[in-house]
Amino acid sequence: MRYLPLTPDDRRAMLAKIGAHSIDDLFGDVPKSARGARFDLPPHAGEIEVERTLTAFAERNTPAGKMPFFCGAGSYRHHVPATVDHLIQRSEFLTSYTPYQPEIAQGTLQVLFEFQTQIAILTGMEVANASMYDGSTATAEAVLMAHRITGRKRAVLAGSLHPHYADTVRTMAGLASEIASSPVAPPGHAEDLASLIDENTSCVVVQNPDVFGQVRDLKPLADAAHAKGALLIAVVTEAISLGLVTPPGDMGADIVAAEGQSFGNALNFGGPYVGLFAAREKHVRQMPGRLAGETIDADGRRSYVLTLSAREQHIRRERATSNICTNSGLCALAFSIHVSLLGEAGLTRLAKLNHAKAIALADRLTSIKGVKLSTPAFFNEFTLELPRPAFAIVDALVDRGINPGVRASRLYPREPKLANHLIVAATELTTDACIDAYFKALKETA
Amino acid sequence: MLNTQGRPTKPERAEPSTAPATISGDRGLDHEEGLIFEIGRTDVTGVDLPDIALNSDRLGGLRRKSIGLPGLSEPETMRHYVRLSQRNASIDASLYPLGSCTMKHNPRLNEKMARLPGFADIHPLQPRKTVQGALELIAELSRWLMTLTGMPAVAMSPKAGAHGELCGLFAIRAAIAARGETRHRILVPESAHGTNPATAALSGFTTENVKANAQGCVDLASLKEKLGPDVAALMLTNPNTCGLFERDMIEIADAVHAAGAYFYCDGANFNAIVGRVKPGDLGIDAMHINLHKTFSTPHGGGGPGAGPVVFSALLAPHAPLPRMVHDNSGLRFIEEMADAEDAGLTPFGRMCAFHGQVGMFVRALTYMLSHGADGLKQVAEDSVLNANYILASLSDVMSAPYEGPCMHEALFDDEFLKDTGLTTLDFAKALIDEGFHPMTVYFPLVVHGAMLIEPTETESKATLDKFIAVMRALATEAKSGNAGHFKNAPTLAPRRRLDETLAARKPILRWKPQ
Amino acid sequence: MADLRFSKSHEWLRVDGGVATIGITKYAADQLGDVVFVELPTAGKKVSAGGEVAVVESVKAASEIYAPVSGEVTEFNAAIKDDPSQVNADPEGQGWFFRMKVAGTGELEKLMTEAQYKDFVKTL
Repeated sequence: MRYLPLTPDDRRAMLAKIGAHSIDDLFGDVPKSARGARFDLPPHAGEIEVERTLTAFAERNTPAGKMPFFCGAGSYRHHVPATVDHLIQRSEFLTSYTPYQPEIAQGTLQVLFEFQTQIAILTGMEVANASMYDGSTATAEAVLMAHRITGRKRAVLAGSLHPHYADTVRTMAGLASEIASSPVAPPGHAEDLASLIDENTSCVVVQNPDVFGQVRDLKPLADAAHAKGALLIAVVTEAISLGLVTPPGDMGADIVAAEGQSFGNALNFGGPYVGLFAAREKHVRQMPGRLAGETIDADGRRSYVLTLSAREQHIRRERATSNICTNSGLCALAFSIHVSLLGEAGLTRLAKLNHAKAIALADRLTSIKGVKLSTPAFFNEFTLELPRPAFAIVDALVDRGINPGVRASRLYPREPKLANHLIVAATELTTDACIDAYFKALKETA
Repeated sequence: MLNTQGRPTKPERAEPSTAPATISGDRGLDHEEGLIFEIGRTDVTGVDLPDIALNSDRLGGLRRKSIGLPGLSEPETMRHYVRLSQRNASIDASLYPLGSCTMKHNPRLNEKMARLPGFADIHPLQPRKTVQGALELIAELSRWLMTLTGMPAVAMSPKAGAHGELCGLFAIRAAIAARGETRHRILVPESAHGTNPATAALSGFTTENVKANAQGCVDLASLKEKLGPDVAALMLTNPNTCGLFERDMIEIADAVHAAGAYFYCDGANFNAIVGRVKPGDLGIDAMHINLHKTFSTPHGGGGPGAGPVVFSALLAPHAPLPRMVHDNSGLRFIEEMADAEDAGLTPFGRMCAFHGQVGMFVRALTYMLSHGADGLKQVAEDSVLNANYILASLSDVMSAPYEGPCMHEALFDDEFLKDTGLTTLDFAKALIDEGFHPMTVYFPLVVHGAMLIEPTETESKATLDKFIAVMRALATEAKSGNAGHFKNAPTLAPRRRLDETLAARKPILRWKPQ
Repeated sequence: MADLRFSKSHEWLRVDGGVATIGITKYAADQLGDVVFVELPTAGKKVSAGGEVAVVESVKAASEIYAPVSGEVTEFNAAIKDDPSQVNADPEGQGWFFRMKVAGTGELEKLMTEAQYKDFVKTL
């Protein structure tokens, strides 16, 4: 088998050295009743056959690029420059481990240090970690961190927080929290979160732009939270918005939990993605996840090393800030390379393009009678209110070769007031032809 | 909880470097590389995008004025990252015998398949009729995982091993609650990986340690003594973190079940038994599988991982969202609690957004199809053979706390270094100069100065022989009194030993503008 | 006359006129390695014997510090917050952690004397 270098001669020689008669001798501790297991699985296969099998699975999917495509709601279709995907496939990045021996891992460590700095700058915060699994688990970890900082356990979740994120918080932080969710307001409308904050509240969790795409000033909410001694956790699911929208750090956020997939990472049907986590420096010892820090080596040369490890599971065990071990290293690398390649100049252009495409799309679609824009302020994603339930319209559009967006009812199945709403995203990949096609198809079906 | 294995965290009085100085500061193929914030500029970009005016916007007055991020042209970007990459050790380049990590070869066919547009370019919320292939792939991988483990159900969404542990314990918690009971304690062997007690705490339990016996396995009597109506589960790694098969697994399972508790298995060491033993035959109730260990998805410098969890029939009803179901239109996910309840299902909740690490699923399934049942069995056998070969070849010059045979990893301690003034850390650093990534050190904690060596099945005998020869020579040298060589190591890596004390006392966690 | 006592969890305390100064022993400091951070209690905190009262972190380890006797914290040593290396340099002097008013003398009797502690360490 092509991945197994040992030959039968090798195995014989090695067994002799060990003093074992056969390989079965080395499995002698396996209980008799568990030996001789049989598996209803095929035998090994060469590349040709494996490729054929996998390709058959792949061909039963319709890639987003095959039709005018407008799905967002937490995962966004952006262009990944060829350089990014090439670099992450270099052996030394792809097949290296967590940098526990820093002398031979300065590549990974310097990248993480740069990544942490980029996140801090993008989010307007002071310090960031070396990535979490994704935006949703980062949000749950942010809630737990707020509890540690404030000594309280009540978490207030905005109704316009992505429902998958809210459910993840309920699952992962639910035992340690009393969770209060504000009911979801009609898309684009204000949510009354301030009245839910009391002296027992540790944090308010709000997404901006929210799940419907609405962009808001978080400062009033941050002030309301701080007045009661609570923290503001800002969630961002479309990281490219940080290139054009006032960042959460400038609006008073205490912790930012975000999804970084939009930079450098393909859609991949939901994963692997990359969680971004940023906070104020005074709270750094309460942060979960790995941290890369600067130091010097024995020759006085600037170097990087994982630090403040005493917070983590391998040292603190049951009192760790989190149980997280693996992060999202390679996805963080892809993010960082893409951001380095863009720089401020490129990111500003990219963000403006995204916004301009969304404006063009929104204006075109709302020119159709009965189609209304619910979210007056948005970045690259907005919500339309259609004249009848979105379920039927989406189906009809898909049959016409358009992927028109995500029904709000898919994320909120028990909210009848959201039955006619459709969450629509545009990016730099959206062409005028795509917009035209969507307009024509929606005009026919709306 | 003192650290009883103290070791220096800054370079001791190290001798000055004897490497010749160069004009540039670079040395041959190893380059000193600044930070992007030092070499890049905010007005430089490596991406050609149209610059549109955008005089009026719809941002509600929240338009960002400036960012402060440097950019690089494409050639400079390429050079920056290629140079950084050259400072990393990797399994592609040399043996990486990290115990507990399973650093095996990462087949590139996996990467090629994962990048097919039909997998990479599909959105998790696309209409289901456009992603039946992806759902079928997830179902097929699920089938392989259930078949290999002999378990009837699997949750695919956990994003890594620790996330899987959390998933398993949440299911256990839900099952106990459904019985109308509350139980507060989780039992964990002293040798457990740190994620186990951390996970127990996160899922609302207190942890209690179970002692090991003289053979390095769970002491059955001690376990039975600790079991009681307040114990929710035992978390056990098998083979355990000392590299040994827990031979009393079935008696352990019986005792745990008799006490009304559940048996969680940490599957980090599945590589030793995959294709040969079904953990389900050993009486477990749940087990996470690290796809990035046993099933070769690449470690990527620290992640991403994937940690699907197999469940017994008793725990299966509580598996989290999303749940895959089959109806007349094909496969789909139940994604919301309300829909699950309507279908009569009782998931405990959702572990993360969307469906899990599908990109890693493609890689793992490609690996499984390549190996097949016979190949996977050979993986387990060769991994165990390789580790025992190392154990047998080094036992006379190093000190093994447990007599062999071991499973897929060989454990040594620092007994052989006593009276040399050298620590496990010193020994590991000397290995770096010899061209090997060091083994796992100081884990498990139950053994002093642990050295845990896991070669995996993808190493040739020639590589193992070279490694053994170097280890024997280093052991001999250590005992001969040449402490300086070790204390000074490494001298040939891009950096010498780092001052970790400084890094923790005065944390600098980002670049700051002057 | 100051009374010097030691606990099994490697804390020392020096009692003088009803006020105890508490820190960790040289043995503990050596075991931990370079101390990088300490979490200290603030004045007014009431503690009972055996209760967790502080945390000391090194690069590779973290350890809880337990109150050897019951009482009320009066002050903490700000110097070791700013410069944790003092804990390694002078653990039984300048590297003290906090001071507290001691409730009674009964609990003191249960702690080890210096000679007893030295013997205890030899068994570890």
